[in-house]
Amino acid sequence: MSGVGLAHYLTVAAILFTIGVFGIFVNRKNVIVILMSIELILLAVNINLVAFSAFLHDVTGQIFAMIVLTVAAAEAAVGLAILVTFFRNRGDIAVDDASVMKG
Amino acid sequence: MSPHLLVTILVFGPLTGAIIAGLFGRRIGDTASMAITTGLLFLSCFLGWVTFVNVATGAWQHFTVHLAPFIDVGAFQSDWSVRIDTLSAVMLIVVTTVSALVHLYSWGYMADDDSKPRFFAYLSFFTFAMLALVTAADFMQLFFGWEGVGLASYLLIGFWFKKPTANAAAIKAFVVNRIGDFGFALGIITTFWVFGTIRFAEIFPQVAAHARQGWEFAGHQFYAVDLACALLFVGAMGKSAQFFLHTWLPDAMEGPTPVSALIHAATMVTAGVYMVCLLSPMFEYAPTAKAIVVVIGAVTALFAATVGLAQNDIKRVIAYSTCSQLGYMFMAAGVGAYQASMFHLFTHAFFKGLLFLAAGSVINAMHHEQDMRAMGGLWKKTPITYAVMLAGTLAITGVGIPYLDVGFAGFYSKDAIINAAYLAGSQGSGVGWFAFVIGIVAAGLTSFYSWRLIFMTFHGTPKWAHAHGDAHGHDAHARADAQVETHDEPLEHGHDDHAEPHESPWVMLVPLLLLALGAVVAGAVFDNAFIGEGRDAFWKGAIFNLGKPMLAEASDLNPYVVWAPLTVTAIGFAAAWWVYILNEGMGARIAARKGPIWSFLYNKWYFDELYDATFVRAARWLGDLFWKGGDQKIIDGLGPDGVSAVSYALGRRTGRLQTGYVYHYAFVMLMGVVALLAYGFWAFARGTH
Repeated sequence: MSGVGLAHYLTVAAILFTIGVFGIFVNRKNVIVILMSIELILLAVNINLVAFSAFLHDVTGQIFAMIVLTVAAAEAAVGLAILVTFFRNRGDIAVDDASVMKG
Repeated sequence: MSPHLLVTILVFGPLTGAIIAGLFGRRIGDTASMAITTGLLFLSCFLGWVTFVNVATGAWQHFTVHLAPFIDVGAFQSDWSVRIDTLSAVMLIVVTTVSALVHLYSWGYMADDDSKPRFFAYLSFFTFAMLALVTAADFMQLFFGWEGVGLASYLLIGFWFKKPTANAAAIKAFVVNRIGDFGFALGIITTFWVFGTIRFAEIFPQVAAHARQGWEFAGHQFYAVDLACALLFVGAMGKSAQFFLHTWLPDAMEGPTPVSALIHAATMVTAGVYMVCLLSPMFEYAPTAKAIVVVIGAVTALFAATVGLAQNDIKRVIAYSTCSQLGYMFMAAGVGAYQASMFHLFTHAFFKGLLFLAAGSVINAMHHEQDMRAMGGLWKKTPITYAVMLAGTLAITGVGIPYLDVGFAGFYSKDAIINAAYLAGSQGSGVGWFAFVIGIVAAGLTSFYSWRLIFMTFHGTPKWAHAHGDAHGHDAHARADAQVETHDEPLEHGHDDHAEPHESPWVMLVPLLLLALGAVVAGAVFDNAFIGEGRDAFWKGAIFNLGKPMLAEASDLNPYVVWAPLTVTAIGFAAAWWVYILNEGMGARIAARKGPIWSFLYNKWYFDELYDATFVRAARWLGDLFWKGGDQKIIDGLGPDGVSAVSYALGRRTGRLQTGYVYHYAFVMLMGVVALLAYGFWAFARGTH
């Protein structure tokens, strides 16, 4: 089959998702990178939703993608706000230093 | 006013005063509380004398007022009641008179104290409990009064609760009395078991029928009445500070002096004697218990008199004297001379109350100094106190002329006891002889320590002149021995203002003079009624004797016996005169040598040490065993402590899983999602097949 099909979209989404997950786990430096990684994961999911929506001719997936985008924006705003406060309190945003929950 | 209403008011007047002063004392103020309690006590006292005169003259028959039911369980019936007979009427005037005078005296003695309403409330409550005790018509109310006076005694000994020694003494009195009360309670149960009732009026008529009831054990016949009486006597021993259970009484002197006079001399400690006399219908059928009473009484009389010889604290000397006189009373009751016992109780209340209150006056004069070694030569400074104390001493030593029948109060009652013991002995009672010999010896010792007290306090060189020269006289005294050091009554008395000893105010002297009057004439006035010709008309069956009462007539005694008490009293006086006046300082030299006999007496026959080494240590060991072994190791170790240790260790281990890194948590979440999805696919795939 020529052209770009569902499988390509899903592949891109899977790659994006994997990059996002690795961004979270492998990153040892910066909390902002974690936020960005989460955004990547959400985008990967959105691509999946839109791809399936187009594939199945069902608009539900696209509406759902809009909702996810909205939530992602809100989440990013909250996350960054936390980050600013975190920075004010601690003086840096290095991930390895943030272990207050250590048991 | 009907007799019933009158005696009810008499008993509940002091309770009303106690409630008003105790609950509203702060609101109505010191003076109002004092006036209300004292006024009600004087009302009770007046009614008490009205009752006594009417009962003694026969104008009133013996009667019992039933106020309300108390306990109503099957045959175990008890009422709140007021039983009036000659025996309780005698106690009524003793209790209310001494209590009223002590209330009055306390106006002066407690003038500097800042919790007067509390003090007067306690005093009035004590009086009520004592009246409930003496007017009880059954064992349960007797027990109620018994515990009530014990509680009041505890509260008043520990009245100055900031003094650790006072608290310790209060607890000691309470605990020692618990031992006695345990015996008492067992006695009540035994009585109930034998007679099926606890009402005196129902028990007494059937004692004779149950006299032979008992058990054969190890070849001996034991009688139930004997057992009941012996157990009841254990209660009396605790309350009346008899040998083995006496240790609390000297320590009880930590309380304010009016308390010592009222509770620990005149009334509460005589409750045991009163109980034995009240239960004379039972004791008459319990020869073994009676013998125990005589022996314990005699040993106490001797023991306390010997210990009294070596004490330096003015109140302790009088406390041991009380202990010794109580021994006399039990001796009399045990040989069957209940009348003489009650007579001595009656006269003793006057002269011992007097001695204590006079000692309080001395202590007041000396700015709360109680060590007799720091006194001396006080008679010029406090002439009235000296005069009344002299009257009290003449009364307690029993000065009087035999055959002429003229003498101070103690002469009539104490000689009657010694003669009763002699009579019992001459009728073949071994314990009677024992009691007689000890009675004579103890009379000599009584004379010695009583005069020693007078001489050390009022005669000789004044020791206070230099001791109180500086502003803090108390600290200046050599406090070599541990016994006296804690006796300062914690009142601010302004040493700088009056370093000189001073006579007490009139509010204290008037009760002293009234009691002195009693100490002088009580014996002569009431001799005939209590133990003389008029005794049957007086007692009217309130005291039961199997056969004739053990009261000696002149024809029963030979002159040696009659003169013996006076002779030993004179010897005791002469000895005290020789040691403390003619050779002043000899007593101090004897004490300084610390010979074995002196040490033995000074340390109270080492009873406290003995009890400490046995009971206290054993109790502590047992307590430690249960506390550290039983409770801490077994119960706590397996129970709460063990569970908490396990949870804690578990918590520590699981806690280590928490690294605190966000990406670890996220990773675990991801693993979880993967695992869940894997399971979901697997289950889905299986389901489709």
